[in-house]
Amino acid sequence: MTQDVVVGETAPRPKKKTNFFQRLWANRIFLLLVAPGTIFLIVFFYIPVLANVVAFQNFQYSDQGFLYSLFHSPWVGFQNFEFFFKSADFWIVLRNTVGYNMIFLLMNFFFAIFFGIVMSQLRNARLLKVYQTSMLFPYFLSWAILAYFVYAFLSTDKGILNQLIQAMGGKPIDFYNTPAVWPFILIFLGVWKGIGYNSILYFATAMGIDPSYYDAAMMDGASKWQQIKNVTLPHILPVAVLMLILNIGGIFRSDFGLFYLIPRGSGTLINVTQTFDTYIYRALTTTNDIGMSTAAGLMQSVIGAMLIVVSNWVVRHVEPESALF
Amino acid sequence: MRNKKHISAVEIRKFGAGANLFFNIFLAVFALSCVLPFFFIIILSLTKESDITLYGYQFWPKHFVLSSYSYLAKMGHQVIVSFGVSVFVTVVGTLMNSLFSSTYAYAISRSDFLYARFFTIFALISMLFVPGMVPTYLVVTQMLHLQDNIWALILPMSFGVYNVLIMRTFFKTSIPEAIIDSARIDGAGELRIFRSIVIPLAIPGVATISLFSALGYWNDWMNALLYTNSDNVTPLQYLLVKIANNIQYMAQQMSSGGSAAMAGANLPTEGMRFAVVVVATLPIALTYPFFQKYFVKGMTIGGVKG
Repeated sequence: MTQDVVVGETAPRPKKKTNFFQRLWANRIFLLLVAPGTIFLIVFFYIPVLANVVAFQNFQYSDQGFLYSLFHSPWVGFQNFEFFFKSADFWIVLRNTVGYNMIFLLMNFFFAIFFGIVMSQLRNARLLKVYQTSMLFPYFLSWAILAYFVYAFLSTDKGILNQLIQAMGGKPIDFYNTPAVWPFILIFLGVWKGIGYNSILYFATAMGIDPSYYDAAMMDGASKWQQIKNVTLPHILPVAVLMLILNIGGIFRSDFGLFYLIPRGSGTLINVTQTFDTYIYRALTTTNDIGMSTAAGLMQSVIGAMLIVVSNWVVRHVEPESALF
Repeated sequence: MRNKKHISAVEIRKFGAGANLFFNIFLAVFALSCVLPFFFIIILSLTKESDITLYGYQFWPKHFVLSSYSYLAKMGHQVIVSFGVSVFVTVVGTLMNSLFSSTYAYAISRSDFLYARFFTIFALISMLFVPGMVPTYLVVTQMLHLQDNIWALILPMSFGVYNVLIMRTFFKTSIPEAIIDSARIDGAGELRIFRSIVIPLAIPGVATISLFSALGYWNDWMNALLYTNSDNVTPLQYLLVKIANNIQYMAQQMSSGGSAAMAGANLPTEGMRFAVVVVATLPIALTYPFFQKYFVKGMTIGGVKG
């Protein structure tokens, strides 16, 4: 029996008939090893995916259990979606989520390449280690902690920034009630937190370039800038474009912590800080509108999945090696 | 000879002296901006409360005191509870996640597992589609009934498909089938092979995914936000969220947890909040220099497609 399994892959499959249960038994150890993960995926992925049908229901809790309520809540068609699309929030949420993500995509693209190249060109290996270690630090901290860092700088009466403004004779700014500054604050923080992490890839790519290219460029009398433009960048760009395409799949998702915790729940900032994820959370907790918040989330997931499939299709045609699937 | 050429070749791609100095300063300033806020928070936690009220947050306060920490030690019942919750969730969760992810990865990495392909796709599909916050919330609260239960903070992150991919690549590249084959010829069964050959070889990979998972658990406040109300299951990160918007919460906590006599006293609430931030950050800041290099290594393995 075990013998069959051993040769199964290389030798032609034995003609001896084995039924389904015998095959299961022969693979029992492997099945045991995948069992916990499989249960996890069923409970925390497949069932929640199915539970998305509440987007088409007027969900009602019943005391007969969750699955019972799922199958017996009245169907309302696309009513929840309509309600979401027709609300004034929809356009704001869409604009904020997509807008912030586009800017993040471009800023991360630019700054990660910039930092990656600069670090690869630095002469002081030991200092470089110090810089890199420091730059990665915020990446490991949660927004719950970073919210305090930010508050220490932006607080109206106690913050460092307002102390500076006052020291220079200006009037203190009530940052947490000034929507106009928040796009800049959020974008800065998002890029700042991730730069150490995002630049690693480009740093590694730049370090991997064969030095003889630079040798040849120097022979031809290329300046440093020309070397970067004509040697380093062409090596990095394929990787960067690939990352850009792959990240497009996440354009409808936002970093919940950044948009929910950093503005400290300030109501006046809602128009510039509300994204899909914060909107869904607030709809769930404040109005308890399960149907509508699920509908918003389902729309987000479906568009996200489509974008991933499309961008993967593009990648497969540009660079088959890097495609996800 | 070869060595010498190598050294000069490395020099070639570096900046000239002027540009090198300029970019050193540039990077130093940026790097400083990444660690300075943390030192600032430490200073604030050591600032005398009246200094904060009078002069605001300052990099160099007039009086350094330890009172925030002594109040926390005396009356910070909630902080101790939360610290315990965070440690428990992180330890148990990390054990579960790294165990479940690596066993799953090992099985699907073996070509003689008949259903390897099925289980690979079964896991990969979950990377394509996000089930969404609300349906997951319904499953956890309505189906599993985990509201206000510490397992609501552990189970939703107890397995990671991304960790599976890292481990699968790791198994495929670092444990050749030849070793496994020869063990089998010597008469070892699958379980024996897994226990005495695969696990010892897999330790560096397991260390990497444990790190990812431990960070994820320690930094998680979102599951607590969604699934808990009770103070008994509030992890440190969520405690920070609660006291960020509600300075009174801190005082209430102190008066209910500590002695009634102290309740009316003038608590250094500002300083104590920052002290809690320091307590939540310190474990990461202290271990960070050690795990940082594993993290970078893990990231480069993880870049391999599924």
